Amino acid sequence: MITFSLNGKKQSVDLSPDTPLLWVLRDHLHLTGTKFGCGEGLCGACTVHIDGRAERSCITPLSEVQGKKVTTIEGIAENHPVKKAWLADEVSQCGYCQPGQIMSAVALMKQKPHPTDADIDGAMSGNLCRCGTYGRIRRAIHTAATGGKGGKRS
Amino acid sequence: MSEIIKVSRRDFIKTGLLVGGGLVLACHIPLGGRAAAATAATTTFAPNAFLRIGTDGSVTVIVNKSEMGQGVYTSLPMLIAEELACDWNKVRVEAAPVAPEYNHAQYGPFMVTGGSSSVRSEWDRLSRAGAAAREMLVAAAAKGWKVEPATCRAENGVVIGPGGKRSGYGSLAARAAKLPVPQEPKLKGLKQRRLLGKAIHRLDSPAKINGTATFGIDVHTSGMLTAVIARPPVFGGTVKSFDPQKALAVPGVKQVVAVPAGVAVVADGFWPAQKGRELLEITWDEGQWAQISTPAMREEYSRLSAMPGLAARHDGDAPTELAKAAHPLQAEYEVPYLAHATMEPLNCFVDLKKDSCLIRTGSQFQTVDRNAAAREAGLKPEQVTLETTFLGGGFGRRACTGSDFVIEAVQVAKAVGKPVKVIRSREDDTRAGYYRPMWYDRIAACLDDKGYPLAWRHTIVGQSIIAGTLFESAMVKGGIDHTSVEGASEISYTIPNLLVDLHTTTNGVPVLWWRSVGHSHNAFVVESFLDELAHSAGLDPYQYRRSLLANHPRHLAVLQMAAEKANWGAKLPAGTGRGIALHESFGSFVAQVAEVSLDASGQVQVHRVVCAIDCGRIVNPDTIAAQMESGIVFGLSAALYGAITLKNGRVEQGNFDTYPLVRMQAAPRVEVHIIPSDEPPGGVGEPGVPPIAPAVANALFAATGARVRSLPLTPEKVTAARGTA
Repeated sequence: MITFSLNGKKQSVDLSPDTPLLWVLRDHLHLTGTKFGCGEGLCGACTVHIDGRAERSCITPLSEVQGKKVTTIEGIAENHPVKKAWLADEVSQCGYCQPGQIMSAVALMKQKPHPTDADIDGAMSGNLCRCGTYGRIRRAIHTAATGGKGGKRS
Repeated sequence: MSEIIKVSRRDFIKTGLLVGGGLVLACHIPLGGRAAAATAATTTFAPNAFLRIGTDGSVTVIVNKSEMGQGVYTSLPMLIAEELACDWNKVRVEAAPVAPEYNHAQYGPFMVTGGSSSVRSEWDRLSRAGAAAREMLVAAAAKGWKVEPATCRAENGVVIGPGGKRSGYGSLAARAAKLPVPQEPKLKGLKQRRLLGKAIHRLDSPAKINGTATFGIDVHTSGMLTAVIARPPVFGGTVKSFDPQKALAVPGVKQVVAVPAGVAVVADGFWPAQKGRELLEITWDEGQWAQISTPAMREEYSRLSAMPGLAARHDGDAPTELAKAAHPLQAEYEVPYLAHATMEPLNCFVDLKKDSCLIRTGSQFQTVDRNAAAREAGLKPEQVTLETTFLGGGFGRRACTGSDFVIEAVQVAKAVGKPVKVIRSREDDTRAGYYRPMWYDRIAACLDDKGYPLAWRHTIVGQSIIAGTLFESAMVKGGIDHTSVEGASEISYTIPNLLVDLHTTTNGVPVLWWRSVGHSHNAFVVESFLDELAHSAGLDPYQYRRSLLANHPRHLAVLQMAAEKANWGAKLPAGTGRGIALHESFGSFVAQVAEVSLDASGQVQVHRVVCAIDCGRIVNPDTIAAQMESGIVFGLSAALYGAITLKNGRVEQGNFDTYPLVRMQAAPRVEVHIIPSDEPPGGVGEPGVPPIAPAVANALFAATGARVRSLPLTPEKVTAARGTA
């Protein structure tokens, strides 16, 4: 039995400890906002926070989250500045990668509330978007950094 | 996708607008809070298959196109809402079920999303659907007030009558439902439009950022199992024998079953299924395609390209002019197979019972998939229900002529006897087939004494995506699959002697439309070679194009807009170059200017792209901009990195390490400029793709003198081309 905190609530799971956190979330806890894209930590669609850091849940075995705090897209407040900016700047297209993008952006902004373009490149280049929303993601992160007042456009 | 079957306007109206009042079929796709609330509303007024108005004033638009990022769950409701004059904040969306009312308005008797045709094909039908409902609501109010309908008007979900009388649509819905449906509703004039042309926020965004949007891979029912399939390593291979014992020993694995697609491992989740599959021991019969490899295929294509093919266009006499020319220019271009690489790997949920079958999946091709499932299940099509979820990217892959991902899921469901969801891993998704075909082009031209093309001969070699499919008789004419030559056979530049011919090859590799279809490769060849001609004539590539487009004002306008906004001709830092390209596709005109340089490794870096589009009349300008940005990044992944190659019949790529896509740090700044127009609507999902590869290749030439005629533009090819520049 592995026990951890999931979106602020205690969660116990009785599964093989090598099961990736992604599939624990999706197949057993039915939190499907966290997406499967590659299974190898290459695309970032499965990004969650573990003790506040952005991590790839597809390559994180369940055993690693024992006693830790896990946050998924479902645990990010609806009025979070990043989510609001994603709406304001109309980032989503197919939308499949966006939960992962948002989790990476939220983690970035916790560390750097006013990230530069280089910071954004560094933090966001692990998240693929086949629809090519990168320009809007960058814009939305700047928007979130300025409290929705319209950030640096690039 | 090209137009398949054209129907007359009379049929279009008959089958399109007035399909029998009150038709509403239940198909609830969760879109988050707004949609959930809408489905709870009482339905009282459903004047046609696309619209329901509830007593609470809610407006539910039933959308017959798949939402795969292109914005149809917003743009199509906008078409209805404009004419309905409803309150946009009360508009909800539902995915249409598979039914004849929802067939494509122009292509033929099936539901499909493709060919950048959603707004183009639905404009009339949905505008009329909205207008008819508005007239009925106005008539209902007028009747209640005992006044003439002409003295009333509709605005923002309210009918306003003489003396300021007001009735909301919700309160009128029940009475409106009893009135006859107008046959020729009056549409708004251009100046009366309130919604169209405005950057309206997408209706699907909230659900997509809070994780509640349901994609096919998210479908779950109690008792459902999850399966992965071990497919043959070679196209056309089959299972000879297998040992399931080790796989069955994995906790969570329930069954291992042989199906026509391969061997399925069925478990209580994806992880045990995948673990079990790794432990399967399978002997394959590799079939007839086990020896194919890309280098040999390329050699064969090159050989064919030197021989005359079937003519797709023949103006004047290009061969004779070329034979007479003292210094003809000649080049060979090539592009590889490409995977669609949707972020959501292919998947399909099937609940198969004795006399019914429920399918939930992200399909672009509902009728074809439903019928294929029925055949596989041994049921009648009407016994199969297909519910369309959100699509985590489509790009043509989910409009599969072979319905592969649906058929294999039905096969597994049949073998297992329980509801099952088949999921492909990323490697499965990359290797199991259906690619943009590989193409080889041989092209030659000679110039007149002013430097402009006198003759142009373009020979195209590659597979047909239509041959052997249900659409062959409708779409392959005289041996020519038009999708193989589109964008090459109808070029708009003035060239008196023009021959475009085609060799269609066969080799067992499954091929399919890939965002922008034939235009994706033909624009690269045509726009790169035209650039070569301009440079050979010592003329500016932008001005050169202008001179050849005298009678094409829409081409000229986008070309000029892109060049001006990009400061064409202004000095750039050393090592940086600008390239321009122009292409018409899917009823729209797009020009792009790219600025590129090389990094230390020889990798092309694209810094900025300026894009101008004329897509006719505008529904949502922000969607148009988003689709141009999207097409550019999509096309750039192909221009810079994309290649599927085969060795001994096996696809050599698997995950994103071997099939890379553009990432944030490589994404250029993109500016989009839209030409105001009231021409008929053009497409936007695909037309942004074709110009980017040639714009970048032309910019690479301007920056370095290296002409690379093969995609992707790898550092190795760039370095080799610089050596010969």
